[in-house]
Amino acid sequence: MSEVTAPAGGTKRGSAAARSTATGASADRSPYLRSSIIVGGVIVLLFVALAVFAGPLSAITGNDPYAEHPEALAGSVPAGFGGGISASHWFGVTPLRGVDLFSIVAYGSRISLGIGLFSSVISLVIGVALGLLAGYFQGLADALISRTMDVFFGFPFLIFAIALSVVVPQSFPRPLLLTLVLGFFGWPGIARLVRGQTLTLSKRNFAVASRVMGASPAHVLWHQILPNLMPLLIVNVTLSIPGRIGAEAGLSFLGVGMNPPTPSWGRSISDAVQWALVDPMYLLFPGGALFLLTFGFNLLGDGLSDAIDPRKGVRA
Amino acid sequence: MNILAYIGKRIASSLLVILLITLALFLIFFLLPTNPAQLSCGKPCTPEQLSRVSAFMGTDQPWYIQMGSYIAGIFVGRTFGTGGGAVVCDAPCLGYSFRLNESVSQLIADRFPVTASIAVGAAVLWLIIGVASGVWAALKRDTLVDRTLLGLSVVGVSAPSYLIGLLAVIAFALSIQIFPSGGYVNFSQDPVQWLYHLILPWLVLAILSAAGYTRITRTQMIGELSQDYIRTARSKGVPESVIVFKHALRNAMLPVMTMFGLDLGGLLGGAVLTEKVFSMQGLGALLLDSVSNLDLQVLVGATLFAAVLVIIANLIVDICYSLLDPRVTLGRN
Repeated sequence: MSEVTAPAGGTKRGSAAARSTATGASADRSPYLRSSIIVGGVIVLLFVALAVFAGPLSAITGNDPYAEHPEALAGSVPAGFGGGISASHWFGVTPLRGVDLFSIVAYGSRISLGIGLFSSVISLVIGVALGLLAGYFQGLADALISRTMDVFFGFPFLIFAIALSVVVPQSFPRPLLLTLVLGFFGWPGIARLVRGQTLTLSKRNFAVASRVMGASPAHVLWHQILPNLMPLLIVNVTLSIPGRIGAEAGLSFLGVGMNPPTPSWGRSISDAVQWALVDPMYLLFPGGALFLLTFGFNLLGDGLSDAIDPRKGVRA
Repeated sequence: MNILAYIGKRIASSLLVILLITLALFLIFFLLPTNPAQLSCGKPCTPEQLSRVSAFMGTDQPWYIQMGSYIAGIFVGRTFGTGGGAVVCDAPCLGYSFRLNESVSQLIADRFPVTASIAVGAAVLWLIIGVASGVWAALKRDTLVDRTLLGLSVVGVSAPSYLIGLLAVIAFALSIQIFPSGGYVNFSQDPVQWLYHLILPWLVLAILSAAGYTRITRTQMIGELSQDYIRTARSKGVPESVIVFKHALRNAMLPVMTMFGLDLGGLLGGAVLTEKVFSMQGLGALLLDSVSNLDLQVLVGATLFAAVLVIIANLIVDICYSLLDPRVTLGRN
């Protein structure tokens, strides 16, 4: 992933696809991409289960992501093999305070998935609404919305998000703030996709026929155009989630995302840096979880993209 | 529409976007409940002192006056306060950090070479690696080479740059000490040390970012190679190397350029994560410093600077596009 963690991972891809000429490759659906739906889907589902059952799973060993266990430490580093891995601490414990690392990773997945999914919903609602308006009514609405999209594309998102963390009071809940920021900055990629598709679809026979028969714009948009957009939207959102999860973790890593003691993979990675040589497991578990979840969504998105348009091979 | 008119129109709309971004930054940063004068006033801060500091910094004015003097400052410079204690900020004045006693433009100018060294070097590398492996994968389509490159590219786009950066520092700088663990040396001071300190950040950023370029180049190349004009060229007996590199790659590069412009523009505005991991004092580090010290002037100035870079990159890409592909200007007529 490049340094520039734009909230909508689909943004750059969308822009490239919009400007590219139609590809006419005629390939069969490759087994690689079919299996990527299964593997990616399983990874994502496992993390969803981990997030939903974080409480009960941590409770099996009687742990939570806050309690300190000094008895599991030898000095300031975890005692025993692999950062203190044992029957009661599956991923070991953190150095210095001895907090159960499995609980941190499990509860951290709630933050990653929650912010990734809810911010997608916000971007989706804004992006679809504005994209439909711009593409269907064109004229002034299109001009205004397209210029607004230009402004958003010009915004250096990561830098802006860092700056925003200062001016928003600490009393404002951070998960909500990150969800809003990522949701609010992630819509232009979706809007551009929807606008382009609406421009084409609204000229197709079925939409024209519906209008001729007296259907209102709302009816045409909701019943004729939107259903045709669904597959593209599902793929776009799936491929945008890794960027969102990465952005939350990146901001928390920089110390301007989730505040302690709320578990967050990005913050754990940042905490683990200074212990990396004596206790590498502290870095590897949250880092591995972050990589695996992002990887799962990317695989799933690639596979879905191929499934809705086999000609394309793999999406760029 | 001829090409000059198109370029003129794009420049005008870019200026409009920059103005709108400035407006948005002002509304967000100067209307939120953080008072810059309060922060600069120190403790204890009496109401009289506070109003004096506010008047000095100009924050007692309504926001549109503040924005007006900010924009005017970019072109003609501005002066804070009057008389002996006045602080002069020369044009282009992007604000003045009262904490560091330095104009924001100067701070940016000091830090920019660090960020630019990271960004440009990494960008050149990732473009070469990404496009080369994308072309290779497209030519070897559905073979083991293609599968391997595709698989690696999914791994590459999924791996967070700072995590891989940290692992690289641990492996190559702390465990086997063949690279420095961070820091930056000026090119003018010692070019060899400059290069030595940049190799690790370049490689980490380039290898991970190349993944996206591999994917887009592969898709584009496969699309181009199946076009009719390629078949025609082949049937005329044009050598395969000419077909691949001169015909197909040239057309396939257009979307790659778009992505490249945006990525490079974004990175030049501050390689925040990379600078943090490799402890380099670039624009990203400046921004993080200003965050922890609530230095709003630096925050706004640096954010605006980053936004302008992205917009300029976008503009350059669009102009190159219109020069390479006449359909762009024709289509918008």
